[in-house]
Amino acid sequence: MTAGWVTATLFWVCALGSVATGFAVFRVSSMARATMALLVSFALAAGAVVLLQLGYLAVVVVLMMIMEMAVMAVFMLMYMMNPAGLMPMQMYHNKSVAMSASVGTFVVLAAGILAAPWPARAGSPPTDPTLELGLALMGSKMLVMVMIGIAMFATIVGSVVLATDRGRYDRLGDDLDAPRTDDPVPGGVGR
Amino acid sequence: MAEQLPGVALLAVPVVVGALAVLAGSADAVLSARAAGRPVRAAVTAPLREGARLLVQQPRRVPGADLLLVRAGLLTLVAAAGLAALVVPVGGRAVSDSSIGLVWFNAADVAVWVAFWSIGWGSNSSWGLVGGYRFLAQALAYELPHMFALVAVATAAGSLRLSDVVAAQQGLWFGVWMPVAFAAYLLAVLGLSAWGPFGRPVGPEVAGGLGVELAGVDRGLLHAGRGALLAVGAAMAVPLFLGGGAGPWLPPALWWLVKTLVVLGVLVGLGRLGPAVRVERFTEQAWLWWVPATLLQALVVAVVVL
Repeated sequence: MTAGWVTATLFWVCALGSVATGFAVFRVSSMARATMALLVSFALAAGAVVLLQLGYLAVVVVLMMIMEMAVMAVFMLMYMMNPAGLMPMQMYHNKSVAMSASVGTFVVLAAGILAAPWPARAGSPPTDPTLELGLALMGSKMLVMVMIGIAMFATIVGSVVLATDRGRYDRLGDDLDAPRTDDPVPGGVGR
Repeated sequence: MAEQLPGVALLAVPVVVGALAVLAGSADAVLSARAAGRPVRAAVTAPLREGARLLVQQPRRVPGADLLLVRAGLLTLVAAAGLAALVVPVGGRAVSDSSIGLVWFNAADVAVWVAFWSIGWGSNSSWGLVGGYRFLAQALAYELPHMFALVAVATAAGSLRLSDVVAAQQGLWFGVWMPVAFAAYLLAVLGLSAWGPFGRPVGPEVAGGLGVELAGVDRGLLHAGRGALLAVGAAMAVPLFLGGGAGPWLPPALWWLVKTLVVLGVLVGLGRLGPAVRVERFTEQAWLWWVPATLLQALVVAVVVL
């Protein structure tokens, strides 16, 4: 195992770096930089998860966050009032209240972490945390996970249905019997 | 059980990946020279000469370009290829035979998303921006089939460790009994390196897209990164689908090299043969054909394994 001081140094680099880049999200004046600062912050948080010997979770955090930020970039272009977000802009409104609320929340949570009487570790870490995680998700918590999965899927389908301005009647006619779909941009499967 | 290579092998990773990337570039240049009737011999060294030219080329900047994002994107692109290469077993030995190798590889190739997007965005050019968003649309299409292909492999091997994946193919190569997953994987490798038919993000009809405003070393890094990603994708196809270093007579490392070169050749050849893929068409094809097909493939694999 690596020496204690190496772990401690890595932890502080990840922890301070994560907080600093998280703060930078609100200091940079470009949405693109803010997105990337948030991504770096999450990646450094994943670094701290690696130090907990949870490599699988850490890599999944990085993977999901990259995809999430990329999808956010797509939406940024679609919905921002500032076309393409290329103009400098602030990531927050109501500056003083927003800043004091976020810094205040951080201080309260950090104080809680330092002040709480943490219990001593009971038992020992499993040899394969990835396997244990899979067993936990697919074993005793299976029903909960399946329910959450269905709820999330229903939410996605519902929001797409609500958001789309062209349904199947627009594409295939009132009786859904048009031989070809009427699409502004033709798709790739020959319909 | 595969062993870890000694730490010094870390130094060999950029050399091997770089050599494979140059080889892919040469092959592509030779094929286009032959198709255009230009002398083939000069095309063999074209990537190296182009690289040397870019090293000494004057940098060119667009006013208002976000250099920090562009440079970070370029470095991420090259680093992603290097990080993905760390878990590729060469003849049964990898730099890191991690217990989460497959997810590590996937995370490294997803890092390409933000890399390409940052380059396109930061260049402060509409063509660059179009290139960046073309890549994201392409990535949203190829990524799910790619992930389901990797899921099929992991399910069949019962492990995310690449040495276990190779060991699980001693009877039959995964490429043989999961052809849909193999095809989806190869498609995704072309997609993530924006190569050949999937090269629209750097396509000529958007004036070079992502690379339109890049000059000198920056431009070199973009194309080196694409070549390296293609090379690592080909190198990874061997342990994932082609039995790793398995084969008669030759030592495993040599078999790995032979198979990697064959896959690389197929990818470069497909890149020349296939028509340019239009992103909006591929998106529909990916979601209506490839996602269900790879899901069914994963289901078949799960049923067989159970």
